[in-house]
Order: sequence, then structure tokens, then C-alpha cells
Amino acid sequence: MKEFMTRNKDNIITYGIVIVAFVIMQSLISAHAVSSLMTGLMVPLCAYVILAVSLNVTVGILGELSLGHAGFMCVGAFTSAFFSKLTVNVITIGWLRFTLAILIGFVCAGLIGFLIGMPVLRLKGDYLAIVTLAFGEIIKNVINVLYIGRDSNGLHFSTKDALALNMEETGEIIVNGAQGITGTPKNSNFAIGIVLILITLFIVLNLIKSRDGRAIMAIRDNVIAAESVGVNITKYKLLAFSISAALAGVAGVLYSHNISSLMATPKNFGYNMSIMILVFVVLGGIGNIRGSIISAVVLTLLPEMLRGLSNYRMLIYAIVLIAMMLFSWAPKAQDLRARLTGMLPKFGKKKTIAEGGTDNGNE
Amino acid sequence: MSFLTYLINGISLGSVYAIIALGYTMVYGIAKMLNFAHGDVIMIGCYVVFTVVSTLSLPTWLGMILAIVLCTALGITIEAIAYRPLRQAKSSLAVLITAIGVSYLLQNVALLIFGANTKSFSSVVNIEPIKLFASTGNAGLTVTGETVVTISACIVIMVLLTLFVNKTRAGQAMLAVSEDNGAAQLMGINVNATISLTFAIGSALAAVAGMLLCSSYPALTPYTGSMPGIKAFVAAVFGGIGSIPGAFIGGILLGIIEILSKAYISSQLSDAIVFLVLIIVLLLKPTGILGRKIQEKV
Amino acid sequence: MKRVTRALAVVLSTAMVIASLAGCGGQSTKSNTFKIGGIGPTTGAAAVYGLAVKNGADLAIKEINAAGGINGYQIEYNFQDDELDAEKSVNAYNALKDWGMDILVGSVTSGCCVAVAAESVNDNMFQLTPSGSAVDCIANKNVFQVCFTDPNQGIGSAAYIGDNKLASKVAVIYDSSDVYSSGIYAKFAAEAENQPFEIVAAEAFTSDSKTDFSVQLQKAADNGAELVFLPIYYTEASLILTQAASAGYDFKFFGCDGLDGILGVENFDTSLAEGVMLLTPFAADATDEKTQAFVKAYEEAYGETPNQFAADAYDAVYIIKAAIEKAGAKPNMSVSELGDALEKAMTEITVDGLTGLSMKWTEDGAVNKAPKAMIIKDGNYSLIQ
Repeated sequence: MKEFMTRNKDNIITYGIVIVAFVIMQSLISAHAVSSLMTGLMVPLCAYVILAVSLNVTVGILGELSLGHAGFMCVGAFTSAFFSKLTVNVITIGWLRFTLAILIGFVCAGLIGFLIGMPVLRLKGDYLAIVTLAFGEIIKNVINVLYIGRDSNGLHFSTKDALALNMEETGEIIVNGAQGITGTPKNSNFAIGIVLILITLFIVLNLIKSRDGRAIMAIRDNVIAAESVGVNITKYKLLAFSISAALAGVAGVLYSHNISSLMATPKNFGYNMSIMILVFVVLGGIGNIRGSIISAVVLTLLPEMLRGLSNYRMLIYAIVLIAMMLFSWAPKAQDLRARLTGMLPKFGKKKTIAEGGTDNGNE
Repeated sequence: MSFLTYLINGISLGSVYAIIALGYTMVYGIAKMLNFAHGDVIMIGCYVVFTVVSTLSLPTWLGMILAIVLCTALGITIEAIAYRPLRQAKSSLAVLITAIGVSYLLQNVALLIFGANTKSFSSVVNIEPIKLFASTGNAGLTVTGETVVTISACIVIMVLLTLFVNKTRAGQAMLAVSEDNGAAQLMGINVNATISLTFAIGSALAAVAGMLLCSSYPALTPYTGSMPGIKAFVAAVFGGIGSIPGAFIGGILLGIIEILSKAYISSQLSDAIVFLVLIIVLLLKPTGILGRKIQEKV
Repeated sequence: MKRVTRALAVVLSTAMVIASLAGCGGQSTKSNTFKIGGIGPTTGAAAVYGLAVKNGADLAIKEINAAGGINGYQIEYNFQDDELDAEKSVNAYNALKDWGMDILVGSVTSGCCVAVAAESVNDNMFQLTPSGSAVDCIANKNVFQVCFTDPNQGIGSAAYIGDNKLASKVAVIYDSSDVYSSGIYAKFAAEAENQPFEIVAAEAFTSDSKTDFSVQLQKAADNGAELVFLPIYYTEASLILTQAASAGYDFKFFGCDGLDGILGVENFDTSLAEGVMLLTPFAADATDEKTQAFVKAYEEAYGETPNQFAADAYDAVYIIKAAIEKAGAKPNMSVSELGDALEKAMTEITVDGLTGLSMKWTEDGAVNKAPKAMIIKDGNYSLIQ
């Protein structure tokens, strides 16, 4: 047990941070000591944390750049919201339906990740990045022209318009093209979000420490060396990519069951969002899971906290983003900080394995 | 006949992508970074021309020169402040993210200065459209002056850039920096100055591209540059990023594919089709049409 | 060195949480003013609509305050950005709740409005959307609309084209990635079957490819369309008109309220828009006294010509004023009491606004007003009699 504790000290700290944050926030919320804004932000925060952690699997552990992560989130969000809308009167037990929805989002996003990963993971660096971006945009575009309705004859599909569904008068349109899915049951809450974060962390942290994880990181650090010692490159790349996609799907489920109007806009599922998730990962430290969590929280809260600035809000946000990047990544700033740290007493900490290399496929 | 019209429309859209992609690919080839803010430099260039020509009623040529000068200065400044400190960073992703920050910054500055209302850009091109095969009762084919100018500009820029890179000392220095940054420095090449020069040229090209983009499609907003910027990035990758003729070919092809898929397959799904073609091309030729093959070394 | 970053991040996030805690502490105490909140996109691609609503409402509130307020109570106003994102819109709603909002004007766009309505119904917050036109916006009893619903516009346009025999072959160019546009198109297409014209081409574009419209126009021409219906916003419409002119097409164009503002595009060659017809509740060039006063005041205050969004928001504030006066409501009522009172009052009032005379509401939240058909003549909107 003691050995287990020392070996997993770092992971336990990560879980601990999440749980403590939950306990503090939850007790504050129950005591009505937090603003409505903060209370409302809890579920989105959980979704973004999961997204950041899941993208870190691709970018940090596998070492490949993906600009289509929001696409997988979109798949998870739409498949699960579709399921929930379809079965809302059939499965009346809320938690059961939501659990199934989460599984569906996880599986569908993972499957799409697997299918996309198979052909594209042969590509490298910026070329892989642009192909993932392309897939993300394709997913968004297809969902925007998808119409699905239900009446007594069963389901109707169309990619033209709602009229082409040829439904009966009493039929209900479930996916309405650009208008997306309206009225998904609001099943997400803060506690479920935290549980999902913990499950995500459990999957990812265990992956890193496992034999598979070491193989994946070997591929990241040197493909040729890894291949020469018999690591199956395709298999491990696909494994990491699919897990990353499936977890993004879970974040999508959380997102879609928190908001009653689910649309695939450039804002929430386009490349802008994919890039935003990448910003979380890079700012938090590539490969650093705890860093991803913190930066996802900070960067999601930042624009909300700047609301008082009115029209200057997004301007200040952009400046802060640039400044933070320079501060945390520029070699000169790092030297400066190292010198400052040298003056402080050390509260020693080992590097996690995942932090070992901060290289990525973009070199 | 309608196929020919679509083709010509595709070429005129593609020529706009091509001219933006030239700037993209230039910067990528030398600085090895995706400058996501390129599209927004384009937008700033358009606003400069708009302000000078339409608001202050000064001559068009003055607006064009001012736009090129200001965009060049802007490009150099952005590189010096936001990108240079990160050039030696441990991950090249750092500078990508900063570029995104710069892109947001430029959009929001433009929003605050010029407002969100759409402005109608007056074309800087003053050439009558060329009519082909026109007869009575038959509209024939129309090639607009903007298309002619954009394509000629593309070709001129492409030739000049190639000559510049291959024949001048500064161009050779760029090639050296792009080949091996460290070795170039050891050979006495001023790497900082060379990269600054690259950004200066790239941003001047952005200004030119902006004027031609807005002359063909005259609706100007603070977000005008971002989507064409991404499309041009796709075009640059399509043609083989880093390759100057590749950007031209990639841009033209992208425009043609976009128009033809809209015309013959589905106008709703044209974005998906464009991206699908891109994916297929990259799977067959993993470094784009004219890209160099990267050999993995042990 | 990572340690410093991390420590910094922790300090920063803690500071942010504390900052957010400090300003609130549950419901703020009720004061002697009506607090009206607004939500819409003031940054991002749809900023033009959000800013128009923000300014339009601001103008109305300043006027009312200067004239002594509503029933003697002043109005406080706070407008929050949602970046055209449903999730951010809900965040904005929550931020406004923390500020102590009594009444909501918003959200500006349909998708955001649906998301906010799902939250506001829990508080029974009275919500009046100036421009969220989807039917789902008003699904809850606490939400009312100033603008027409999308189906209303689609059916109205089809009926107008049919009744006035404007054309027998019609093409449609719409934005399939936009709720407003695809919503109107769907109803227009459905109603067209009952009308004496035929839709010969229905061509879409998306928010990712909205610069080049040559294909859509060419298809309309190839199919012999005489009239092109444009259920879209004016930015794209201005491009379509320019491209149609340069390619030498001679269509009639017909649009909805989204087209209003096309003459206000700075530097736009208005001769291109000559003969364009639009079904809109508001036109900045209308000659009635009320509109002229509004346009003048707006131009003085914000330096640009107001569009229909600004007018909708201006009306929204005056509608709220009328409802409060009818209900005799006071600022010290709770949000939910105020909601009940105003919801009842809304069905009883009749308001003459910029966007319609004698506007009335039913319990479902939809407005009842007559659309005006306008035609652009000599660079001005003029009413078709």
C-alpha cells in the first residue's frame, strides 16, 4: 500500500485537486455563497477540463497535432442528445438514460476517431493537423444539413430540408438542420461532471503508466527507434487517438445535456473550438495533465470574469492570452523565472513521466 | 457552356485563395510557423484602403501604397513582439497559439475602431469585364477585370518571389535559414533580420491579397479575413506548404473544386466536399501536390 | 520552472473565484429602479446585430429615464456579450442575474434565445426577445417576441409573391448553416405549394463559404427564375447583388427583414439594390415622424444609421414600459412576481412602435402586427401601397 502511494503520489495529488475543488465549490453552492454565473459555469468547466485532458492524449502523449477535436465532441454531443430525445418517453429513469447517453457518446465518438485515425495517422505534423481540421469541418457541415424526424411510421432522414422528411402531421422533428436539437433533457450537473472528470483522469493516467502508454510515448519520442524494438506503430497510434476522441465525445455529452439548444455552429464545434482546446493544452504544458486542467479552468473563467470591461473584454482577453503564452513558453521568460525560483525555498517535486518530452510532431 | 462559366468562376475564386496562400506559404517555408493571423493582416489592409479611399476620398493608389506600408510594418512588429521570443521555445505549438492570440487581437481592434457594420469596398481594379463568345441572345462568358488582375498579380508575384529567393543574397539567406536555422547563423547570416524580412514580404503580400479579395467580394467586416485565411491555408497545404508554385496551384484547384462541387453535387455540402478532396489528395500525396518528401532520419 | 507557472495559475484561478464570490452573495437587495438586462453578440461575426440591439435599447432607456422613468422609477441597463454562442448566452444570463436583473431583453439570436429561455423559465423572469425569431424561442410562457416568427415571414413572403403575381418561377438562395435563414426557407417552400409559382432552384450556402455566389446565381438563371428570394442577412445580400450585376443577371430580388440595412452599408452602390423588394416591419427611411425622430437620435448618439434590430430593441423597451404601466408593477416586486404580472399585462396591451402599429400579443408570446412591403426606389426604401 505504501509502495502504491509513493508510486502514484503524483496522480493522487491530481485526483485530490479535483475532489477538493469539487467539495469546496459544492459546499459554497449549497450555501448559496457563489454567484449564479459561477454556478452555471460548473458544468461547462467540467466539459472543457475533459476536453483538455483528452486532447492532451493526442498532443502530449502521442505527440501529434490535432485541430479537429471539437468534431469528436460534436459527434458525442449530437448522438447522445439524439438518443435522449428519442427515448425520453421510453426510458423514464433519468440516470439510466443519461448513463446510456454517455456510453453512446463515448462509443460513437471513439468509433469515428478510430475510422478517421486509420487512414490519416500515416500523415505527420502540419499535414495531420490540417486533415483533422478538415474532418472536424466535415462533421460540422454534415450535421448542419441533417434532418431527422419521427412519426408513427418510424424515423425519417433527409439531407435536404425538413419538408423532404414527408412526415405525418403529428410527427416530431428531432434533428432540424441548422437549428440542431432543441429541448434535450437537462441531465448534466456538477457532480456528474466531476465523476466524468475523475473517470477521464483514471483512464488517461493509467494509460500513461501502462505498458501501452510507454509504447505510445516511445512512438512520440522516436518513431524509428520504437519500431525497431517491435512496437506496433499503427496499433498504438490508433489506440491513443481513439481514446482521445472517445473522451472528447463524453465532454460533448456533458455539454449537450446542459443546454437546451444544441446547434453545430462555427463557435462551438468549428475549428475555433478545436484551437481553443489546443490552447488549454499548450498553455497548461504539453503532456502535463494537471496543467491542462488548470489552464482549461483559468481560460474558461477569464472571459467571464472580464465581463465588466464591456466592449474591451475580448481585446483584453487576446492580450492576456498572448502575454501568458510568452510568459510560460519563451526561453528568456523561463530563464528569468528559473532565476527567481532559485531564490525561493524549494518544495521539491519530481517531473511526471508524461512531462518527460515536450516535443511534438510539429517539429 | 455552363461548365465553362463555372470553371471561370472557380478560377476567379481560386486566384483569390492563391494570392493569400502565397503569403502563407512564404512565411511557413522560412519561419516554419503557421501564421494564423495572416488572414487578419489582410483585413487590416482592406480597412486601410477603405479609410483612405472611401472615407477620406484620397486617390486609390495612395490607399494601396499606405496599406502595403502599414501591413509591412504591422507584420514586422507582430513578429518581433509576439513570435520572436518563442522561436526557440521547446514546442513549435507555442508560437501557433500566440498567432491565434494575435488573430483575436487584430479582429477586436478592428471591431473597436471600425465597428461591426459591413462596409462596401470599392474595387481597386478599373478594367472592363472581358466578354467571350458573346452573341445576340447569348450572354457568353464573362471574365471580370478583378479576375484578370488577380491572376496576373499571382503570376507576377510568383515569378518575382522565385527570382528573389533564388537570385538575391537576401533570398539565399532565406533559403539557408529555412534549411537549417543554426547552420545559417554559423555562416554569418543574420537570422532575425532574415525572418523579419520574410514577415515584411509576407505581410506586404497580405495587403495586396486583401485589396484583391475585397475588390472581388466587396463586403468588409472585422472578420472578413478569417475564413479566406483558413481556406488559403488549406490551399497552401494542398499545393505543398512551403512551395511557392504549390500555393498558386493549390489555390486555383481549391477554388475550382469548391465551385464545381456547389454546382454539380450539393450547395449545402460543398464545404464537406472540398475538405474531403483535400483529405484524399493528402492521403495519396502526404506532403501535398508539390511538397517535398520528408525523409525520416535515424 | 514549471512550478512557478503552476503556482501562478493556482493563485490566478483562486483570485478569480474569490473575485467572483466577492461581488455577489446571493440575490442583491431590491432597489428603487427597474433593472433591465440585455444579451446578444457584441463581438464575433454577428456583432453587428448585438451592437444594434444594445444601442437601440440604450437609446430608449435614456429617453424614458430623461422623461421621468416608468411610473416614476428609473431604469438601470446592463448588456452582456454572448459571442453568438448558446453556452455563453446562458453565462451572460447568469451574470445578469447576479447583477440583479428584473427583466430581460434578449437574446438577440434564435439559438441563444432558446438556450436562455430554458433557464429563465425556472426563475419566471420576464423575457422579451427583440429579434429571436425561431418558434422555439417562445415555447415558454415567460418569453415574448417583438419580431415576426420565422414561419410567419416565410409564409408571408410566399403569399405576397403569389398574391401579387410577382413571378411564376422563383429561385431561393439561403444560408443552410443559419437558423433564421433555413427556418424561413423551410416555411416558404411549404407555402409555395399553395401558391401560383414554382420554386425552380433552392441553393444554399454556409457560414464557411459565403463570399462567392456565382454558382447559386447561375443555377437560378439556368432554371429560368424571374425572381430570387433571399431569406438572408444584408451582408451576404450585398455580395449577391454585386455579383448578379457584374455577371449581367436581371432578376427581381425579394427579401425579409434581414435585408433591411442594405442601404446603410457604408459605400454600397445603392443603384444595385434598385427594385429590391422586402417584407420588413421597419425601414430607416420611412417618413413617419416617429421613425425619423428615432433615426436622428440614433445617428447622433452612435454615429450610424439604425437597422431593424435597433428598432426592435427600441420597441422592446417601450413595450416593457407599457406592460409595467398596465400591470402597475413596482421594482420591489420579486423577479417571479414581476414575471407573472407582466406576462398577464402583455396580452392586454396594444403598442404603437417603430416596427408596427397596434402590436398585440397572445399568450403564446408571438406578436401580431402587419408586415410592410417595401421596395427600394431611387436609393430609398419606399412603402408599396
